[in-house]
Amino acid sequence: MALLLGIVACAPRQTARGGVSVKPEESRKKAPEFTLKDVHGNAVHLSDFKGKVVLLDFWATWCGPCVIEIPWFMEFQRKYKDRGFEVLGVAMDDDGWKSVTPYVEKRKFNYRVVLGDDLTGDQYGGIEALPSTYVIDRNGKIAAVHIGLSKKEEFEDAIQILLDSPVHAAAQSAPGDSAAGHGAVRAGAHADRRPGSHS
Amino acid sequence: MAVVTLHASLPAGYHANSNTPSDAYLIPLSLKWNGGPLEVDSVTYPKASLEKYSFSDKPLSVVTGEFVLTTKFKVPASALNGAAAQTGTLKFQACNDRMCFAPKTVNVSVAVEIQ
Repeated sequence: MALLLGIVACAPRQTARGGVSVKPEESRKKAPEFTLKDVHGNAVHLSDFKGKVVLLDFWATWCGPCVIEIPWFMEFQRKYKDRGFEVLGVAMDDDGWKSVTPYVEKRKFNYRVVLGDDLTGDQYGGIEALPSTYVIDRNGKIAAVHIGLSKKEEFEDAIQILLDSPVHAAAQSAPGDSAAGHGAVRAGAHADRRPGSHS
Repeated sequence: MAVVTLHASLPAGYHANSNTPSDAYLIPLSLKWNGGPLEVDSVTYPKASLEKYSFSDKPLSVVTGEFVLTTKFKVPASALNGAAAQTGTLKFQACNDRMCFAPKTVNVSVAVEIQ
């Protein structure tokens, strides 16, 4: 019985639709900390979102598949913000705010957007393809990675599962407080670049 | 007059925006010649096709598979005889049906002999 319980405890969380939406807690790695600037020049740290479920979306204005997901993320922001959820967009446009600002204003983003850089991209596995989206649990650990256009339900299932999960007392530190696990995150992100893949 | 044809190809399932993409935010295919003895007369881009992808409501102007860019050069009267190189850059941004890749700029160099 103990063995059986152990297996169940390590199993990925299943969604109501039968898909696997989040990694088991034991295999989640710490989300690397970063400091990036928003459109107003304010520094935004991942650790600012301590205790929240964070959907970290690497995107660009020239990325067609990213455009599909952005309205979903705005909907999630509206729907789950009051339960401790935040979307943070990391724009990877080479020409920076010149492209990003009019794009964000036209589409009336309701979540924060920061400008990404190579260092941050490297910390998250290189970000070779967009969209690359990381769903981070309340303990600052990466619970799901989506490379490429994914299904809306997969994101929402993950968010709901993570919002319902408790914050561990031993893991009250902010996301990114430790660099431990960067290698594993990097390896995981590189290992699965199939279109629409998630882990 | 000299003509240079640049042959390029994308793997199956991938596309790059044409030189006249469907949306202002999309990054166009662009060939720029920036060094060498010749003067660019015209650049002819490959014929774009309109393709529908799952991530776009409307068809996109793209190039796929094998394609050719043709440049016609004039030889200026001031050009010196002898061997030289004509250099440039080809910029493209590729995607498949589910993801996009960062814009790439590759160097292009063509050996020329002016007589």
